[in-house]
Formats: sequence, structure tokens, C-alpha cells
Amino acid sequence: MKIRIANGRVIDPARQTDRVQDVFIAEGKIAALGEAPAGFAAERTLEARGLIVAPGLIDLAARLREPGFEYRATLESEMEAAMAGGVTSVAIPPDTDPVLDEPGLVEMLCYRAKKLNRAHIYPIGALTIALGGERLSEMAELVEAGCVAFSQANVPIVDNMVLMRAMQYAATFEFRVWLQPIAPFLARNGFTHDGEVANRLGLPGIPVAAETVAIFTYLQLARATGARLHITRLSSAEGLALIEQARAEGMDVTCDISINHLHLCDRDIGYFNTHCHLVPPLRDQDDRDALARGLAEGRINALCSDHTPVDDDSKLKPFSESEAGATGLELLLPLTLKWAEESGLPLSSALARVTSEAARLIGITKAGHLAPGARADICVFDPAARTAITRDKLKSQGKNTPFLGLELPGKVRYTLVEGQLMFEG
Amino acid sequence: MRNPQLNKHGELQHLLTLDGLPREVIVSILDHAAPFTEVAEREVKKLPLLRGKSIFNLFFENSTRTRTTFEIAAKRLSADVVNLNVSTSSTAKGESLLDTVDNLCAMQADMFVVRHAASGAPVLIAQHLQATGRDHIHVINAGDGRHAHPTQGLLDMYTIRHYKRDFTHLTVAIIGDVLHSRVARSQIAALTALGVPELRIIGPRTLLPDGIEKLGARIFHDMREGLRGADVVMMLRLQNERMSGALLPTPQEYFKVWGLTAEKLALAKPDAIVMHPGPLNRGVEIDSAVADGAQAVILPQVTFGIAVRMAVMSMLAGQ
Amino acid sequence: MQFPDAETLCQQLAEQIRPNLQPNTVLIGIRTGGEWLARRLHALLGLNGAPGAIDISFYRDDYGARGLRGPSLRADIPFSIEDAAVILVDDVLYTGRTTRAALNEIFDFGRPASVELAVLVDRGGRELPIAARYCAHTLPEALPAAQNLQLERTNAGVLTLRLIDA
Repeated sequence: MKIRIANGRVIDPARQTDRVQDVFIAEGKIAALGEAPAGFAAERTLEARGLIVAPGLIDLAARLREPGFEYRATLESEMEAAMAGGVTSVAIPPDTDPVLDEPGLVEMLCYRAKKLNRAHIYPIGALTIALGGERLSEMAELVEAGCVAFSQANVPIVDNMVLMRAMQYAATFEFRVWLQPIAPFLARNGFTHDGEVANRLGLPGIPVAAETVAIFTYLQLARATGARLHITRLSSAEGLALIEQARAEGMDVTCDISINHLHLCDRDIGYFNTHCHLVPPLRDQDDRDALARGLAEGRINALCSDHTPVDDDSKLKPFSESEAGATGLELLLPLTLKWAEESGLPLSSALARVTSEAARLIGITKAGHLAPGARADICVFDPAARTAITRDKLKSQGKNTPFLGLELPGKVRYTLVEGQLMFEG
Repeated sequence: MRNPQLNKHGELQHLLTLDGLPREVIVSILDHAAPFTEVAEREVKKLPLLRGKSIFNLFFENSTRTRTTFEIAAKRLSADVVNLNVSTSSTAKGESLLDTVDNLCAMQADMFVVRHAASGAPVLIAQHLQATGRDHIHVINAGDGRHAHPTQGLLDMYTIRHYKRDFTHLTVAIIGDVLHSRVARSQIAALTALGVPELRIIGPRTLLPDGIEKLGARIFHDMREGLRGADVVMMLRLQNERMSGALLPTPQEYFKVWGLTAEKLALAKPDAIVMHPGPLNRGVEIDSAVADGAQAVILPQVTFGIAVRMAVMSMLAGQ
Repeated sequence: MQFPDAETLCQQLAEQIRPNLQPNTVLIGIRTGGEWLARRLHALLGLNGAPGAIDISFYRDDYGARGLRGPSLRADIPFSIEDAAVILVDDVLYTGRTTRAALNEIFDFGRPASVELAVLVDRGGRELPIAARYCAHTLPEALPAAQNLQLERTNAGVLTLRLIDA
């Protein structure tokens, strides 16, 4: 189908363009911008006057909960959430049940996703079998099956020799290794940032050292092995400083943060709000501010939703017994816009963190930008509209988010995947 | 974000923590408790205030002593008391905390007295009652995780006021495992609210949380230095499982450095009182000679505890 | 409405009680007006020891609806109730509910030989089957519920009756 998106303000962060023009789509790809290609006859025209036309969002971490946690969410429900959120590509952490350590499993997941024909999925394979931290997974086969990187999700490898071997093995093939900085013993038995709030509420804390010790270890092992290291979900200013120091010494290391850590800090836990039970824990105001600055200045490469739908029963528990995580696919765009609004960042720079930069980290070249020939994954949204975040409106099966009840900027009007209109809001 | 222990008129609906409770409210509870101390001396140790009310002692963590004091307080107010030792019943069968609460609500409970190993469990129950429109039911926190033990904190304040009258010139020292202690958190909140000018916390770094000084206390690692000139010496209980391992080498070393002996107590004011929430670990945190000595007010604490719990129950139920 | 002088009524009440005094007679005043009155009567009658005082807040029948209003004072009964001839003293007798509460409280201290009621003024409006054996003044007509009659004490210790619109 040939589609013309008319009169929209087209922002392409990859090429740093921001102007009102038409976008022409044919055969699932972007055919042209501005002037229609010769002989182009639009079968459908989407009026986008006053709207922003941007690349579809690329989310570096979205747990779709399949296989294994279908009572929390299904591919169907979460794909709808992605479409409603303007997210057209998602990387999937390996902590499913069973974990993504089997090529067959990854193939099945890709097959299921393809059949649903919604967002593109990019599975992150398990670095070790069952995330057990003992035996290496079949990385080469997993990549063949569709994996784009390897990680341990939130289950750190205890034995540093195994971690070093895993990084070495991945480096053999130049596979990306994504690691969540958690020093296992320092983070054990903790539930929130070891600070004033933990102290007041009597919640066992996780010291910042649990993050910095892990980052330091990962950096040293990456140096020793030559692995392509990406640090996921940073939470602290000190953690970021370590990464920057490594970069200053010439190391190529990237990192990301979640929307929750961009906007919230441990005070938001209030009176034991389990929606703020997250991994890593929300740290203090200074950490949050440092992360927001780091993201604005590009020292943090990307922003992700860290989408983790959790059923109500697992949240309606005492804080330490509740399940960690927050739903986020539908909040990625609004919270990116809110951050841009608050920090005075140009929209193009803000959107880069959830489009072109995220694409680069996964290794996607044909999406995340709007150059002619690119896959026509597009998000058209109204920047002036505001959306109230309510349980009813969330398409995700998980209604767990600290942002419930808030009104956030931006409303997705059209989501296109490979030139097909998948969502109209 | 509404304070979960206040109702929509800003009155005390539940007693969940002393943190953030205004001075006037604390003083009012202590004032209410005073006449209840006299009831114990009567021939009939019973008042009709809570006649016909059902109070459920919901103990997810065993504590015969605390449960008994609440039970006595409730019975002296003529309430019907049901003791549920949930650690051995329904949750063992997989029932969730809130399911248990819903079931007991269906049995027309008027008040829950909750003890739980997880910080915030009574707050969760209070929030659940509010969310489901059951505003007539009250929750009293009888100790949750490391978070709070408000009635213990209040009875400690009652005891201090009984012996020292005024808080605003006192030097109070709290000694021991503050990190894991809900009692210490409630004491610190109350002492700060009541205007104690010099609050000292004494213990090894492994047992003092980072940033505790932000709660308004001075930190001492040297017990002798910390005790010097103190009016009130509040000992904390050291749990067995923390006595030897990564937090402390041995109970012997702990006693040597931070145990309260007559010799160390002599550094405090001559009329200093010695308090302990019980049960005592003699020879670990306190020497027997001190625990049984003239300055110890450990048993009066227990007696006052019943009056304070009667005051809290009757104030909440009369709200 | 003009009320008789409270001090005069107090004298009259003492004279009503005097002929019936027994060796085991004790006075218990209901706080706060009844307590002042009991002390006055105690002195006028030349009794030994001190009179008792009780605060009936814990025994009110409207606790469920109204709750505790301010801290109450502890009961102060410096003698044994057991087998005593108790004269319960209150300033104004109205519905009788206060007397009922006071009776309950007294019995929680022991079993008296007898309890009699002495009041300064009976304002009518009874809701319970209660009557005072000693009463210095009975209003000819019951006061409307909107009005509140109470005993006050000046700084000089003089007792007066005052009518307040509730």
C-alpha cells in the first residue's frame, strides 16, 4: 500500500532534520520525503498537520513475558501496548521461562512475533545456560536464530572466571555483551537504595557499591577480553562516572537508563509504593539529576522502558515481598517528551535516545531513521496533547507503573510498521 | 500521597509509625495513657470502652510477649480478642496477606494488631482497607520488619516522661543494633518530635545505618564517650542471628565493647535510667547487675506498655 | 432564670446529709463540679480523711459515637470502697446517665454497702430511673435540652451556678 503522510513536522534524529514535509511510503519502505516520487499515487493519505512524524521508537528492554509468564502478559497484549506507544522495535531480555538459551526457543519466539505482525523483536540471548552463570550458551547458534546480543538480565554471574570466559567467547564473534551492573553479594537481600528512605522505612538497602563494583569488574574484564560491552540500566552518578573514566581512557563502552530512573528517585517510594520496587533500585535525587544530565549530553547513549509487566497480586504485597518491575512500553514516548520539556532539550536530540541511538546499540541499520529506503517504521504523535495514565487506558496487561494517575505529554496518532498502519489513536 | 495513618479529616485512623507524627499527637497519647495506669490497681481491672469490639491480633511473626501485652490491653478495655498466629496457619497454605485480612474483615473485625517480618506490611493493610472503603477498621502496627514499633516507642516515651518529666533538657543514648531495629526507629522519631536536644546513637559501624545522623542523632562508636552525662540509656536487643558472622565477631567482644556494665553506666548521670525493650540478653548487651539494678526501669516499661496500648486502642476506636 | 446562690445550696445539702451520716460514710465526687462539691461537703460535715473523685469518661455510654474528648484524669479514691456507705456527689442531676456511669465505675473498685446520690440541683429531664436522696434545689420546670447548667468556681474558690446555651 502506498501511503502519504501529509503536512507533518518530520523529525529524523539520525540526520538531524526537523522540518514540515510529506513522507511517501511504498512497499514497506520510505520512498521519499518532501516531493512525491514520480508516478506515486497514494492509496491513503494520513493528515499530520500539527503532528510530529518520527521514526518508530526502538526499546532496548521490553519483557513481553512469553514464554513462561503468560499470566502476567502475552505477546498479543504487549504487542498492542507497543503499537499504542509508537514502539516499532523491541529488544527482549532473556529472562523468560525457560530462558532464551535455546536456539529453538528463540526461533519460536521470532516466529510467533512475526505471525502477530506488530513490532519487530530483537531477542537478547542468555549469556549462560538458564542464566545460571556456569555454562556458556550456544552463542553462535543463538545469533543465527535471531539474537542480537547476550545478557544475564538481572541475574549476575557470581563466578568472575565464568564471566570472563563468556565475554571472551562472545568477543570471538564480536557479539555484543549487555550486562546489568549488579555485584551479587552486595545487592543480595536488598530492595531499595541504601539511603535516607531505606533507613526511614526500614527497608534493607542496596549500596551504590553494588553497582560500581560490578561496573568496575565488567570494565576490567572487557579490557582483558576485548568484549563489546554495553552496560544496561544505570542507576547512580558514580556508576556513570566510572564509565566516563573508561571512555576517557579510550574504551568503547555504551550504556542506557530506564524511563523510571530518568524521572524518579527513592523518595517516590513514599509509603512503600511497590510500583517503585525496581531493579536496579531508584537512587537519590542527585543520582537522578546526574543521569538526566548524562542522557541529555549523550554520555548515556539510550533510554529504554525496561518494560516489565507484573500482575496485581505480585504488587499487592509488602515491599520486600513484592515483585520488582514496571510496565513501560506505552510510557516511553510520553516520558521522553516530558524529559525534553523539562530539560529544554530539542525534540530531535531527545528522540535520538529512543530511535537512532538505540538502533545503533542493537545494530539495526534499516530502521531508527527516516532516510529513503529505510523500513517504514514510523510514529506520528501529537506533541501538544496530554494523556492521563490510567489502568483502563493501558493496553499492556501489566498496570504496574509509578506514573499511574499522572498526565503526561504526547499522544500517539499513528503507528506504522513496515509501511502498514498498525495503530490509530 | 496521603499519609496512610490519617483519615480524611487528618485524624489518627491507624497507628503505623511514629515517623512524621506531630508532637501534639504523641503528647496526647501519653496524656491519655496516664489514667489507664491506675486501672491495673483496681479490684476489677476492666473498663467498658471497647465493649462489643472485636480485635484481631494478627501475628505473622511469633512474639508471645508483645501479643500478650496487646491482649491484656484489649481485654482491660472489654474488647473481644482473637489471637491468630498466622505464621503457622493460613499463609503457610499459600494465602496472601490481603486475603487473610479480607477474610477477617468478613468476620466483623474492628481492629487489627499486626506483627509482620516485612517492613510496611501494616501500611499495606491500612492502604488496602482505605482502598476498599472499610474506613471503620483500625490497624495498629505491633512491629513490622525493621520499619517501626510505634507502641514500643510510645511506652518508652511514657517511661521517660514518668521519670524525667520534661524532654527538652535530656541527653538520651540509644545503644546497639540500630540498623535492624524497628524499636530504635520509633524511638528516634518520638525523641526528635518531643524535642530531645541531645540524641546519641552508640554502636559499631556494622550495626548503624548509613546516614542515620540525618534523622537527628549524633553518632558514637566509643560507648564510654557516648554515655558521658546521659540522662536516659536505652539498650537495644541484639538478635541471636547477628551475634556472630559478618556483622559482629562474637557476643563476647560485643559485650566487652558495647555491653552495659555498672562501670560504664557510672559515666552517665547518677540519676540516669536504664531501659530495654526486652527480652534481655544478659551478658551480651547488658550485665545482670545493671538489668536488676536500681537504675533499671525495664519492668515499669512493661507495666506502662499496657496503659499506652489501652490509650492507643481507645483513641483509635473513639475516632 | 435566676438561680439560688450555690454557696447557700451547698450549706443546705450538707444539712440534709448530716442526720444520716454513718461511721462508714464516704463521699465520692464526679469530676469536675461534683469533686469541688464533695470537698466542700466533706469539710462542712467534718469527715475524716479525704473525699474520693472519679472521672466517668471511660464509662460514658456515648463513647462509641463521640470517642474520648481529651485526656481524662485518673480516679482518686483514697479509701476502700468495700462495705462503705458511699454518697455519690454531683453538681447537677439531668438525664441520669452520668450517675449510671459513675455507679459502674464505683463497683469496679469494690462492693460498697450502699450508694446514695447527693446533688446541688435537679434540672429535670431524666432518661433513666435515677433519683437523688439529697437534693438542695429542684427546678420547678425542666430546663430545655439546649441549655446547660453547670457549677463554676471562681479564683477565690466561690461556687456559682451558670446557665449556658449549649
